[in-house]
Amino acid sequence: MKRLLDTVTDWLEHRTGLPTVVRLFLYEEIPASSGWRQVFGSVAVFLFLVQAFTGVLLAFNYAPTPGDAYNSMRYILTELTGGRLIRGLHHWGASMMIVVVVLHMIQVFLYGAYKKPREATWMVGVVLLLLTLAYGLTGYLLPWDNRAYWGTVVTTQIAAQAPLVGPYLTRLLGGGGAVGVVTFARFFGMHVLLLPPATVLLLVLHIYLVRKHGVAPVPGDELLPKKRFYPQQVFKDTLAVFIAFAVLFTLAVVARVPLEKLADPSDTSYIPRPEWYFLFLFQTLKLFSGPLEVVGAVVLPGLAVTTLMLVPFIDRSQLVKVTRRTVAFASVALAALAWTGLTTVAVASTPREEATKIDYSGPTDWLQLSPEEMTGVAYFRQQGCASCHATGDGASKAGPDLTRISVRKDAGWMIDHFKHPDAMRPGSTMPPIQLDDDQMNSLAAFLLKLNPKNASALQNAPAFATAGALVYEAHRCGECHSVNGVGEDAGPVLNGLSSRRSRSWVMQHFADPNKLSPGTKMKPYKIPPKDVENLTAYLFALPEP
Amino acid sequence: MDLNCTEDTKMESHDGNKTAPDAEGTTRRGFHAGAIYAIGALITAALGAPAAAYLMMGPKAPANDDWVDFGDVTKLPANQPIEMVGRRNRSDGWKVISEKVTAWVVKSPDGSVVAFGPRCTHLGCAHHWDDNQAKFVCPCHNSFFAKTGAVLSGPAPRPLDRYRVKVEGNKLLLGALRSNSEPSA
Repeated sequence: MKRLLDTVTDWLEHRTGLPTVVRLFLYEEIPASSGWRQVFGSVAVFLFLVQAFTGVLLAFNYAPTPGDAYNSMRYILTELTGGRLIRGLHHWGASMMIVVVVLHMIQVFLYGAYKKPREATWMVGVVLLLLTLAYGLTGYLLPWDNRAYWGTVVTTQIAAQAPLVGPYLTRLLGGGGAVGVVTFARFFGMHVLLLPPATVLLLVLHIYLVRKHGVAPVPGDELLPKKRFYPQQVFKDTLAVFIAFAVLFTLAVVARVPLEKLADPSDTSYIPRPEWYFLFLFQTLKLFSGPLEVVGAVVLPGLAVTTLMLVPFIDRSQLVKVTRRTVAFASVALAALAWTGLTTVAVASTPREEATKIDYSGPTDWLQLSPEEMTGVAYFRQQGCASCHATGDGASKAGPDLTRISVRKDAGWMIDHFKHPDAMRPGSTMPPIQLDDDQMNSLAAFLLKLNPKNASALQNAPAFATAGALVYEAHRCGECHSVNGVGEDAGPVLNGLSSRRSRSWVMQHFADPNKLSPGTKMKPYKIPPKDVENLTAYLFALPEP
Repeated sequence: MDLNCTEDTKMESHDGNKTAPDAEGTTRRGFHAGAIYAIGALITAALGAPAAAYLMMGPKAPANDDWVDFGDVTKLPANQPIEMVGRRNRSDGWKVISEKVTAWVVKSPDGSVVAFGPRCTHLGCAHHWDDNQAKFVCPCHNSFFAKTGAVLSGPAPRPLDRYRVKVEGNKLLLGALRSNSEPSA
C-alpha cells in the first residue's frame, strides 16, 4: 500500500511537481508566537467554501426569475430531502462568514499586522470584506419573498441617493425606480457569476501575499526558533474550522429560516428590515433627514470604507507590541460600541413580529380548509384528541389513527360517538366530548376530510387562523360569504380580500359596513378587538381565488 | 501522498534545534495529523451525505396519480384503435404544468377498454395505427405491434405500455402509464 502511494506520489512529482508545491505550502515557516489568534483566516476560507458548495446545490433546484424563484425555493424547502438543511447552511453561513471575516480583521488590526510590508495584504482583505457584504446584499433578494423584496427596495433607494452617480447606479442595479425582473437578474448575476470568481481571484492574491511576506511576527519572535505551519498550526486551524462548522450545522438544523409570502409590491403594511449586519447602516440613515440624508446613506459609509482601506498609511508607526497599541484597542472598542448601539436601537425600534406571520416554507395545507373544517381543527386541539389518537404519523397511541378511521365512518356516526363513545364502540375508554351540536358538526366535518396527506394541517394551522375561523363561524359569515369555495354568494367571495382591501379597512368594516361600503346589506357586528384581529388575519391569509 | 514522514525527517535534520525526532514529538505530530484527517472526513461526510440525498432522492410529492378525463366511452367504436387526447396537470419540479396526453384507445366488443401509451417501447418514437396493415407502426425502426399491444416484429423489446383505465358512468378515465414487462409475443 505504502509502496503504491509512493509510486503515485513520485509519478505526480515528476509530471506535475504538485507534491512539492503542497509541501512548500504546508512546511512554511511561521513565527514562534503564531497560534490560536491566527485561525480566523482559515475559518473564513472554509466558510467561503461551504457557501460555494451549498450555493451550487441550491442553484441546482432554483429558477432565477422572480415568480419561479419563490416557487423553487418552496420546492427546495418542502419537497426535497435535505433542502431545508442546505438552505439553512447557506443562510447562516453568510452571517457566520461576516462574523469571522470581521474577527479576522480585528485580530490583524490589533496586532498591527497590516504594517509595512503588508499594506497590500490588508487592502485586498478590505476588498474581500466588501465582497462578502455584497454577497449578503445580492443574495438577500433571491428568495423573492416579501422580506427579500422590500429589503432590496430600500437598498436600491439608498444607492439612488449617491451624489452625481445616483441615477446611474440605480440603472446599473436594474431599477428604474422599481425592483423588478431586471434588478433580480442583475442581483442574481452578481451573486453567482461576478462575485465568486472575483472572490477566488482576490483570495488567491491575499493568500499569496500572506505567504510572500510571511505571517506577521510579534516583537520577540526574532529571538525564537520558527515553527512550521504543518501540523501544529494546521491542527489549530482545523479545530477552529470544526467548531465553526459545528455551530453552523447546529444553527442550520435548529434555527428554522422562514420563507415569507411571495413578494408583494402592493403590500402597504410590510415593514422592511435589512439583514442584521446591515442594521447599523439602516439606523445611521435615520440620524440624518432631509438634504442631509445623503450623509448617512453615502458619505459616512464611503468615509468608513476609505479609512479602513487606508489604515496602513494612517498608522505608520513601527510599534506592533499588542499590549501597547492603546489607540488601536480604543478604535476597535469605539467601533464595536457604535455598532452595538446602532444595532440595538434598530432592533428595539423594529415592530414586534406579528404572530400572524405565516411560514410558507412549511406545509400550508391548512389554507385549503373551509372555515368550518378549520374550527374542527380548533376543537380537535381544544379537546386534546391528539393525546389518544395518532393522525397518520404512525405513532402508537391508545385510540385508532384518525386518518384511517374517518374514511369509513359518516358524520352521524361520529357525532353519536362523540356524545357516547362507549355506546358506539363497546369497551371504549374515550371520554364523551364536551361540545355543542354545531361544534360537533364542525369537528366531524374536519375529521371526515382528514387523510394522511392533509393531517399536517393539524400541526401547521397557526393559532390566529383557527381562532379567526371560530369567530367566522360564530358570526355565521358563511351565510353570505364564501371561503375556499364553501358558503353562499350574497356577499363577495372572501378569498383574495387582502389584494382588494387594506387591513384597517376590513377591521373597521365589521363595526360599520354602511360607512365604508354605502348601500351594503351587511349588518354591523360588535366583535371584540382581539377577535377582529384574528378574523382579519385569517381572512388575509386565505389563498387567492 | 505521504507528506508526513519523508519530508518531516528531511526537514528535521536541517533543523538545528532538534537533531533527532524524539518519540514524544512524533506521537504528537501523529495525533495532530490524525485529528486533521478525522475532522476533514467528518465535515466532508456531514456535507456530502445531505448533498447526495438532496440531489438524488427526488421530491417528496406523490407521483402524478390523477385520473384524466378522456370523454365518453360509449362513443368509441368497437375494436378500432382511436387516438384520443386528454388534458392533465403534471407537477414538474416546482411547476404544475397543464399538458396534453395522447393515448391509443381500443374498446373490445365486450365493452372493456385498453389504452396504450403513444410511444414505441424501443426508443420512444411516436407510433400510430395503420388501418391498411391493421397494426401499430413505429416509423423509426419498423417495430410493429398488434391491436393487443403485443410486438409483432421489429426491435421493440416489450409490448406497448398501457394506461391504467377506469370507467365511471360513461366517462373514460386514464391513470398512470405502466410499462408492460411481459416478454414480447
